[in-house]
Amino acid sequence: MRAPAILFASYLFIDFFAATACAEPWTEPLTKLREVGPEGKGNAEAAEAWRELVDQGPETIIPILQSMENAGPLAGNWMRSAAETVFEREFDAGGELPAEGIERFLLDRENDPEARRLAFDFYAKIGPEAAADLVPGMIDDPNPSLRRDAVARLIEKGERLIANDETDDSIEVLGEALGAARDVDQIDAAAKLLREDLNQNVDLPKHFGFLMRWHLVAPFDNTGLSGFETVFPPEEGVDLDASYEGKDGQAVSWQRYSTSNDYGMVDFNQPFSPLKEVVGYAYTEFDSAENRTAQLRLGCKNAWKIWLNDELLFGRDEYHRGIRIDQYVLPVQLKKGKNTLLVKACQSKEEHTWTAQWEFQLRVCDETGTAILSTDRKPTPQPESKPRRRSNN
Amino acid sequence: MKFSLFVFAAMLAWPTARADWLNFRGPNGAGYAAETPNLPAEFSEETQAWKVALPGRGLGSAILVGDKVFVTAASGPEQKLLHVLCFHGGNGEPIWERRFRATGRTMSHKKTAVAAPTPASDGERIYALFSSNDLICLDLEGNLRWMRGLTLDYPNASNSLGLASSPIVAGDTLVAQIENDSESFAAGFDLHTGENKWKIERPKAANWTSPTVLEADGEKIVALQSSKGILGVFPSTGSTVFTIGGGASTIPSSAPAGDRLFIPAHGLTVFRVSAGGGEPEKLWNESAQRPGTASPLVLGGKAYVVNNAGVLSCADTTTGERLWRMRLTGPISASPVAGDNDRLYVFSETGVGQVVDVSGAEGKVVSEIELEETILSTPSLDEGAVYIRSDGHLWKFGNR
Repeated sequence: MRAPAILFASYLFIDFFAATACAEPWTEPLTKLREVGPEGKGNAEAAEAWRELVDQGPETIIPILQSMENAGPLAGNWMRSAAETVFEREFDAGGELPAEGIERFLLDRENDPEARRLAFDFYAKIGPEAAADLVPGMIDDPNPSLRRDAVARLIEKGERLIANDETDDSIEVLGEALGAARDVDQIDAAAKLLREDLNQNVDLPKHFGFLMRWHLVAPFDNTGLSGFETVFPPEEGVDLDASYEGKDGQAVSWQRYSTSNDYGMVDFNQPFSPLKEVVGYAYTEFDSAENRTAQLRLGCKNAWKIWLNDELLFGRDEYHRGIRIDQYVLPVQLKKGKNTLLVKACQSKEEHTWTAQWEFQLRVCDETGTAILSTDRKPTPQPESKPRRRSNN
Repeated sequence: MKFSLFVFAAMLAWPTARADWLNFRGPNGAGYAAETPNLPAEFSEETQAWKVALPGRGLGSAILVGDKVFVTAASGPEQKLLHVLCFHGGNGEPIWERRFRATGRTMSHKKTAVAAPTPASDGERIYALFSSNDLICLDLEGNLRWMRGLTLDYPNASNSLGLASSPIVAGDTLVAQIENDSESFAAGFDLHTGENKWKIERPKAANWTSPTVLEADGEKIVALQSSKGILGVFPSTGSTVFTIGGGASTIPSSAPAGDRLFIPAHGLTVFRVSAGGGEPEKLWNESAQRPGTASPLVLGGKAYVVNNAGVLSCADTTTGERLWRMRLTGPISASPVAGDNDRLYVFSETGVGQVVDVSGAEGKVVSEIELEETILSTPSLDEGAVYIRSDGHLWKFGNR
């Protein structure tokens, strides 16, 4: 299995220090931290650089925060740890910290989201009350972790308004909370209050950006789990009018499928009845308003593969260890206009009750979790009966 | 006078004789430490030395190096913020904390947590592994020495139920099992740089057991357990010393005792191994001695097993014959541990700490305490102290 280019790309960085080469004492150590790479590459040099940075004291805090931009997750952790260590040591010693610089960095939404979150933590430690005052203004912050406290306050306010029978105000407040929420637990909490306490319609699939309308074809053979690696005809090109030879020689063809599940669950067992040792494919199209970066976020407890515009993005041969929203995050590049998506879902032969599921959920969003909707998105299918509960495992 | 000064200086310079508890289940991963005098005879308010709050969830044990206590945790809505914490063993005061963002997947079953593996140490550095596959090395003062994002390097090496195997230091190598249904491997890491010294493919099957260390013919051998059985490897090279087939449990880990390995397999199965490449010798198998989640413990000539019903069994280590059994307050996920006072320390999932006197012909619970929190982690022992953690707190019990 080829690892997705984006995962390895996380090691890459934009070496703006090279472009802005200056003689500040932190420049070289920060460069060393940015050079850590796969399989421990650069660790020894980074350890020395980390010590050097930490020994330089609080003057380095802002430069470290600035350097976290595009640093990648591993280098970002080296930097975060260095900044926190400097901060904590100075704070505990009662030394002077660059509070104004930290505040400026925090309030500039163009700065790196993770670094801004760290700056907020610093700011809150220096002045808890001042930090608390900033929270409501973060309701539309590009960093979901900074939004989170603001959303929590709105949900609490909505609950108080409900308790006081202030229905119109509670609908407004909770609607704002839902619109701003990006974490699943907060989305669920706000939606539950709106639906159950305030009798409001909430289009959760649209809020998340789940893909609800598909074409499915199954079953193909997965005897002995061989189907994960087997290239069945849909992988060689999707023709929705085609008929294929499926498992045990039966003829199989594409059929339309839509889900009304709140969390976009595409359930192969519905059209094909519960089957074991089988492979199914799901195909859909997504019309993007522009060329742009995006994320495909998949949940699946079966073995799976996914292709965007005929390019294999990733695959995983794990069966029945659990499913959750956003279980797998795949950064992608959408092209303007039609994009094709093909998902392969493999079912094992196990007969436990917890291995019955043959399903997945897929949404399109940006890196903050904000839904990106297809320009031709149709209204969310309505459930025929009570929505099923979201499966956590 | 000169002599006295020399003795005094030597006392200051000489390392203390205390036995550090450097990894999951202490020395060699056996659950038993000989040099732990003055352990508390009971759990009680009188013996609770201190209790401190932890910033996030976790069920990895505390490890003990000198007078420092190290523990990990993970916080946030998806446990993506990883914590490595250092406390003063004497008074529980925090010494330092380092935080990192998870670079791998943090999904796990709700019963476990991202901070499930117990950290390991070589006495100079701490090696903290998380279920997100972040492997972080810090020195005892909290200076970051190296870091690996193993999911960045090996993108399918994860378990959606959560990884829980704890690494261990053997000789000059840190050994970890990252075993799962997909990209399954074990590796030896350089203690100073974190680079791979070796990496071997492992059975493609979820596995939560931890490596343990055998000592045979003057050599250290790391036992890697899986659903296939046991693979013995030299820690520096990963080269195979022996294999034991026939399968083994994927939850409770084996208990090493010198050159013997007590394996949770078809009940309890015991093998003697050698470092010279000879075939391991099967000593006995006892199907009635069936470990549940807790790993077995060997203490003197007795082997102790806790099953999934919370029944503690004691067997003769030479024959496997059951000597006695008793019901503890269960259910029990934590493995029992012991020092040199003929007492087992074990905690139930409901937070009941139990001290079992095993010095007589039958076991006897001599003390219980209700911590009123879920306890899934295994206790750690130090001279005069027992440490235990929950999702929310870390306790020390000791003779004050």
